[in-house]
Amino acid sequence: MVITQPKSFSDILEFLEGKKNIFITGCTLCATSCMTGGEKEILAMKERLEKEGKEVTGYAVLDPSCHKLQTRSTLKKYKQALDSTDAILCMACGDGAQTIAEVVDVPVYPANDTMFIGEVERIGHFSEACKACGQCELGWTAGICPITRCAKSLLNGPCGGSRNGKCEVNPENDCAWVLIYNKLRESNELDRLLEIKDPKDYSKAANPRRVTIGR
Amino acid sequence: MGLAQKLESGGFAVTAEMAPPKGTDFSRFRQCARGVKGMVDAVNVTDFQSAVVRASSLGASVILVEEGLEPVMQITGRDRNRIAIQGELLSAAALGIKNVLALTGDHPSVGDHPQAKGVFEMDSVNILQTAVTLMSGKDLAGNALAGTPQFFLGASVTPVYDPIELQVLKMKKKINAGAKFFQTQAVYDIELFKKFLEAARGIETKILVGVIPLKSPGMANYMNKNVPGIYVPEEIIERLRKSQDKVKEGLKIAAEFINEVVQQKLCDGVHIMAVGAEENVPELLEMCGFKKTE
Ligand code: SF4
Ligand code: SF4
Repeated sequence: MVITQPKSFSDILEFLEGKKNIFITGCTLCATSCMTGGEKEILAMKERLEKEGKEVTGYAVLDPSCHKLQTRSTLKKYKQALDSTDAILCMACGDGAQTIAEVVDVPVYPANDTMFIGEVERIGHFSEACKACGQCELGWTAGICPITRCAKSLLNGPCGGSRNGKCEVNPENDCAWVLIYNKLRESNELDRLLEIKDPKDYSKAANPRRVTIGR
Repeated sequence: MGLAQKLESGGFAVTAEMAPPKGTDFSRFRQCARGVKGMVDAVNVTDFQSAVVRASSLGASVILVEEGLEPVMQITGRDRNRIAIQGELLSAAALGIKNVLALTGDHPSVGDHPQAKGVFEMDSVNILQTAVTLMSGKDLAGNALAGTPQFFLGASVTPVYDPIELQVLKMKKKINAGAKFFQTQAVYDIELFKKFLEAARGIETKILVGVIPLKSPGMANYMNKNVPGIYVPEEIIERLRKSQDKVKEGLKIAAEFINEVVQQKLCDGVHIMAVGAEENVPELLEMCGFKKTE
């Protein structure tokens, strides 16, 4: 899931300075799960904006915000409201905001910071798990991502810095390589750690990327 | 005799570590270098150690060459991608630097520019691999080089590490990638060091054990708390606490450790990291009976 967290309200007001009529969008998927852009959060935002003297022309929870065709057709239904709108405040991820910006003529502003791709550990607690590196290593790392979960993204085993199984960079995190080692030892696959991994092919992660999957 | 010959002929090597200055004034650096000249086989130059901005490792290594010493240029993957690493290695070879110690590097978050973007495109293993590739006359992309470097390659290992098998696996990997010698993180407990040697038994390589002379009980406590892979036993801290001249006592503790290593023929050499007190290294070496030779 794409994890987002709300920007400060003062940042949002700064974006919206001089704009009177605001339309708010959210997203049924990630942002709803993150509690940053579901209907409940949108209504709360609406109230705060109205207190600041803004006019909210309407709102839509896009299903999902990152689906371009879907977003285009949903927003068409709000044509009337959008015609009198000065700005759209998007309470989805950065991708959701860009998708909307591509299909409407009204300026779009983000209400959230997009943090990472990660997991919901429990409500309100998220942890980063994948950096979308373009060449997944999980096949030989016992399902633990060294690119994301090792602070140095090391591929050839640990640095010398971990203590009590924790990472030298942030002792609140487990050292990814100690985790990988423990799992590989359990499955008798420690020899995987002896394989020298060449430096990663970063051309696979050259931005922006595009993927076409044939049917 | 150079470091490579010394180790390869089975001799006991002595290396000391020096950090380049934060600034352009190399006078203290040169002075400390002159102090250990003739007493050590080589001097390690740290590469933005602890992710702190200083003069570069390459520059300071060249200054050591000028002073007639043999540098071990440390190089990390923190600040450079594969293009920069190869360029740095080629420049080093052209400027007379033979020894290179490959390190992954500390994370920028521990240094004095925590906002910096860490590169970490290549880890220590990849840097060794890269140096070996250059030594074959080609760059990593397979392009021919005009002039081929020759290096004596080293790496580091942390003997006090849990699980130790994981460090040993990585050590093997570094050897397969081209490392000919290891300098270790500082060790204070000879029994713990022996445990590591036991775990690494059968591995063909040269090991120089790391020594950091302590300056105060506070320094020992700080390292126990903050420096990964360093463990100073309580009795050593107590000895420092009780002593009048703590710096002297720290040197004594280090000298006893080195003498023990030499007497028991535990490994192939010693690597002294004086972290800011490089001027004390000649005294320490004298305490261990290493004489100045020209
Ligand atoms: S290796 Fe890690 S960052 Fe790369 S795709 Fe797999 S999970 Fe994502
Ligand atoms: S301690 Fe482990 S997770 Fe942290 S940087 Fe080192 S190898 Fe990576």
